[in-house]
Formats: sequence, C-alpha cells, structure tokens
Amino acid sequence: MNFVTVLLATFDGIAYAALVFIVAVGLTLIFGVMRIVNVAHGSLYAIGAYLTASLTAAILAAGLPPYLGFPVMLVAAVVIGVVIGGPMEWLLLRRIYDKPEVLQLLVTFAVFMILEDVQRLVWGTQPYFQSAALQSLGMVQVFGVNYTVYQLIVLPLAAIVLLVGLRYFLRRTLVGKLILATTEDREAAQAIGINADRVFLLTFVVGAALAGLGGALAQPTTSVLPGIGADMIVLSFAVVATAGLGQIEGAAVAALLIGLGRSFAVYLWPEAAVLVPYIIMVLVLMVRPEGLFGSPAARKI
Amino acid sequence: MKHLLLASLVAAVPLTTYAQDKPAELKIGVATFLTGPASVFGVPARAAAEQIVEDMNADGGIGGVPVRLSFIDEGAGAEALTTEYRRLVETEKVDAMLAAISSGSCVTLAPLAEDLEVLNLMWDCGTQQIFEQDEYKYVFRTQANATPEMLATVAYLLKTRPDFKTLAVVNQDYAWGRDSWEIFSTALKAMKPDVEIVGEFFPKFGAADFSTEISRLQALQPDVILSTSWGGDLDTFVQQAAQRGLMNTSLFVLPLAESSLERLGSTLPAGHIVGARGDHYFLHPEFRDDPELKAFVEEFREKTGAYPIYSVFHMVQALAALEAAYDKAIEANGGAWPSEDQLVAAFEGLEFQGYGRPVTIREDNQGIEAQLLGTTVQGGEYPFATMENVMIFDGAGITTPIGEESVEWVGGLGPDFVESVKVDTFEN
Repeated sequence: MNFVTVLLATFDGIAYAALVFIVAVGLTLIFGVMRIVNVAHGSLYAIGAYLTASLTAAILAAGLPPYLGFPVMLVAAVVIGVVIGGPMEWLLLRRIYDKPEVLQLLVTFAVFMILEDVQRLVWGTQPYFQSAALQSLGMVQVFGVNYTVYQLIVLPLAAIVLLVGLRYFLRRTLVGKLILATTEDREAAQAIGINADRVFLLTFVVGAALAGLGGALAQPTTSVLPGIGADMIVLSFAVVATAGLGQIEGAAVAALLIGLGRSFAVYLWPEAAVLVPYIIMVLVLMVRPEGLFGSPAARKI
Repeated sequence: MKHLLLASLVAAVPLTTYAQDKPAELKIGVATFLTGPASVFGVPARAAAEQIVEDMNADGGIGGVPVRLSFIDEGAGAEALTTEYRRLVETEKVDAMLAAISSGSCVTLAPLAEDLEVLNLMWDCGTQQIFEQDEYKYVFRTQANATPEMLATVAYLLKTRPDFKTLAVVNQDYAWGRDSWEIFSTALKAMKPDVEIVGEFFPKFGAADFSTEISRLQALQPDVILSTSWGGDLDTFVQQAAQRGLMNTSLFVLPLAESSLERLGSTLPAGHIVGARGDHYFLHPEFRDDPELKAFVEEFREKTGAYPIYSVFHMVQALAALEAAYDKAIEANGGAWPSEDQLVAAFEGLEFQGYGRPVTIREDNQGIEAQLLGTTVQGGEYPFATMENVMIFDGAGITTPIGEESVEWVGGLGPDFVESVKVDTFEN
C-alpha cells in the first residue's frame, strides 16, 4: 500500500464512519438516558430513508431544484422523531421502564417487526434510488479517483457538526443539563423538580430523529429496500457495544475505527471486509468487556 | 403418501371407473420471495402467476380444470419454508409445486419433493449442482442454470470485446456470487488464457455501500468489471459507480441487469453488457411484435406499473411447462385425466414455450433454454436503457452435457469454443 491508496482508503473509511456514527449516536443516546436498547432504531433509519426518497421525488416532480433535497432530509428526521418516536415512548416504552431488560428488548423488537411490515405496506418491495440531491453537488478528483462531494465533504461534516452540537447541547444548555442529571440519578433529579417523564420523551424523540437523519443522509448514496433497517441496527449496535453503551464521543471513535478498518480491509484483505467490524468488536470486548470508553458502574453519557 | 393418494382417489372416484375423473380444481403451490431483498423477483413473479392463471381459467383452465394457486414465502427462512411446503403437499394436497427462486431453497426442497413424491418445477433458481449430483424423478427445471448463463456471458464478452486484458469482479458474498464467479472465471481462463484478474471483491449480501470497492477499482482501472449481483445490491453498485465516473472508464458486464434496467432509468449509461438469465426480454428481437407477448406486457404493466423482468418470464415458462405436460399426458391417456405418474412421464423430452424460444426438458430433467444478452443503449422510446446488438445463444451447445460436472467441463473448453457456439445476432 502506498501513500495514495492509504489516503483513498481513509476517505472511504471516514465517509462510511460518518453515516454509521449518526445512526449509532441516536441508539447510544437513548440507551445512555433510558437504559433501553431500542431495536426499532433500525426501522426508524429505514423509514427516514424511504421518506426522504419519496419527498425528494415529489420535489423533483413539482419542478423544484434538486438541492431542496437537503432540507427535506431534516424534515424527514424531525417527522420520524415526532410522529413515530414521540408516540412510541409515550404509549409504549413509558410502561416498561421498570420491567426486565428481556421484556424491553422484546417490545422494541416487536415494534421493529411491525414497522418493517408498515414499510412494505407503504413503499412495497422494489428498491428506491433517488440521488438528485447528491448529484447536484458534483464530484471532486483526488489522485485520479473521483469522489462525490456529498460523500467526501458533506457526510463527514454532518457527523462533526452533530458530534459538536450534541456535546454543546448536553453540557451547555439547560435542557441538556436536565438530561444529564436525569441520567445520573433519576430519583434525585425528580426530587429537585425535574420532570423525568418529559426528559425521557425528549431524549427518545431526539434519538429517533437521529435514526431518521441517518437514513435520510444515507438515502442518496444507496438503494432503499426492505431489510436495510435490520442491517443498520446490527452494525450500529456493534459500534455502540465497541464504544461502551451510552458513550457519545466513544461512538464517534468506534465508528471511525470500524469504518477505517473496513475500508483498509477492502484494499488489503477484501475477503475479510465483511467481518472487520465484528472482529474489532470482539477484540475490544475481550480486552474491555464494558467497551472502549464504558465504565462498569457509573452511568454517563 | 402413495396410500394417502390412493385413499383420496378411492374416496373421490367410484371403483368401477378406470380412467381418473377430472378433479374439481388443479391446486398449484408456488414458493417465491414475498419478503426480503429477493422480493424484487418474487413479487412481480407472483403478480405474473396470478395474471396467467386468471387468463387460463377464463379459457377453462388446464385440460378443462380451473387452476388455484397458493403462495408460500421463501423469505421466511429454510425451516418455515419446508414446513409450509409440507403443509401444501400433505394437507392442501397440491397437484404440483413451483419452487423456488433461491438456489438455497431449491437445494433444500428438491430432495423433499422427491420424498413427498410431488411434482416440483424449479422455476427460477440458478444452481447447476442439483441435477449434476443426483437423479430426480419428480423434480424438473423449466429454465437454464448458472452454467449456460455464465458461458453465454463469457461468449458475448469475447465476441464483442476480444481484446481486453484485465478484469475485476464485484459479486455478492453468498452462494450465487461465489458459484457464478467460479464458472465465469474458469470459462474465461479456458477460452482466453492471457486475461489477468486484477481484483476480486465479495461485498456483503445486501451491502448498502460500495464506495471503497469503487475507489479501489478506479485506482486499478480494469478493462472489464463483472458483477452478477441483482436487486438493490446491483442498483446501488451501478448508481455509485456511475456517480463517480467508473462506468466511463471500464466496461461493465452485468448478467442479471435486465431485471434492473427500468429501476436504473437513465443512470445506466450506454455501452455496457447486460444479460437476462435466459432467452426472454419484453423487447425480445424475435417476439416483440408477437401480439401475445405485447398483450402480456401491457396487461402486466397495467397491473403492476412495471415492465416484466426475467423472473416473470421464468414464471410464465413454468406454467407453460405445466400446461404442456398436462396436455401431453391427457393426450397420451386417450383424453382422460392423467395420474401423477403419467404426468411426470410427460415431462420427459417435453417441449414448451413461454415468451422466448421453445424450451425442452432433457433426460436429466434440466431445461435447455437459449440465452439472451445485449449492450445497453439510452435515448430510445423508454425512459431507461434498452438492449442493442442482442445475441441469442442456442441452449444446447452451452449447457453442461449429461453426466459431466459443470466447472470441470467448462475448464476443458478451449479458445475455439467461442467460435463454435451457435448464435444469432440482432442489431437492436
């Protein structure tokens, strides 16, 4: 491998890591605050992608310019968070916080299954591909290899903005501090007057919107079809477990590790590219069972 | 099963009758993908089956008996599929099964059909191994298999671009991706020993991102890039490759892309090689003006909103085979309804026709089907790529001879094989 191929592999790894991070960070945020592994996160990702594809197609059909596909992604994410995430927490999860983990897992898995069928009902089984927004940004050439601007610049930028924004939100804003306090000790937080129910609802809506945003951002680069949700939940769970459950910065590092590992594998050992994320996860968990940044006892996000 | 059948016959038929009475209806079970990524094939094929049977029944059905279809989902997993298959055969008492799309399903179900002694038509699965490894009485394949499909692809490539030097492959990481590459690469090396394989990539089945593979391919600059992928994987790969200009520098060979042409729209540029897993295409150069094909395509479009793809034509072929076999068996039986054994016997040497050239069933139960490939062209009367420079390869010369093992046989072919293949060329 020479310098150029190392650089190329790095670009691909970062673009991939950015997408995985955006989805995984929602999963880890929800877990950090609510102690629930939300399997339905994968469905929210898929529906975010479907919704973006349909809305973008509608925009183009109306004769509007393709760059409007970008605001549409945010719209899709908010819709997912509020319309699906909100009721899901309020009607369902709220009832099972003090139930055993197995039951919580089964409930979110059930929601996942239901939403998978809803997707099939609404969007059918044929793949959707809608890349007008991506193509409106054009390409850049690096050492004779073409990259889309979207992949090389927009996706990593979106991930960085999200990471910094989320840090700022949690550490510097009042609502963020309320979330952190509730995460640290729910009863003590309630004792000083924090409305824990509202904090949980808000966290879940934000987490769900992040899943939708991940899907929306992934949509221009890939076919949207049944099954993408399941793939994504497995991969983002690998990221979250590698990072340590509930670790936001950790998720960024783990996503980068897995993204780079995978893209370097395509150059050096293509046969193993599929395995790399899981090999990394297993190696990390063998040495640190609580994940790279997890701490066995304390609850932190 | 035999005594069960006998018992039901005794119940249904007065003992004095020698020939069997016509049943009230003909029950056919169909295994197809209704869920999962392969539903891109399974769902259109189900629509086709329903459409054909509706038309058949409007004409009185098969041999005057109306046909009723039951569908089971291959996407539910092997265990659920075999349970459902048994249920259809043993409880619903279907007269014939059409199974399946996935080679994995066929490998599981073919021996089961033999055990249950039920007629099973393998209507879409590609693996060449089933009839090469075992002899079957009740299992038939109503289309070609991976070997002629890949051989025709190699032949088309060598006929149209004889001078390429390097090739890379990007196949899905599962049985079909691996097996088709084994046949393709063995055949290619046998017929063009100087070709250099510069990259072999097997991304995960259902992969959503091929960026890294595409970067690497751009650095490698192979003359030809082969991908036997299909469905969402193929769409994503082609879209990402086209977005990044890879399709302007390398020739893409996509043996299953006929099924993606409409979805890919204007993205798939002109000048790349696509195949159809057999001799069928809604613009088939020999039959596109045939009123029957035209009417079928129109009706299918009205019902589903899409043009028919190869899995649809495979379904047409399987039902055509079944109808032809019943007709042949009824005739052989002096006009009376045939027994199951008589029906199975009718499949030997059976000739039938879907919307391509006629297909014949060989002694080893394998269908001999011609293969159609072409080069993409954009800007016709459709908003997606169609094929020009279409070649139709005669099936007999490119199907593994009985008793031979495909990879071994293909490896023994020489560079002169390409010239010896029987082929018809159509400009558009």
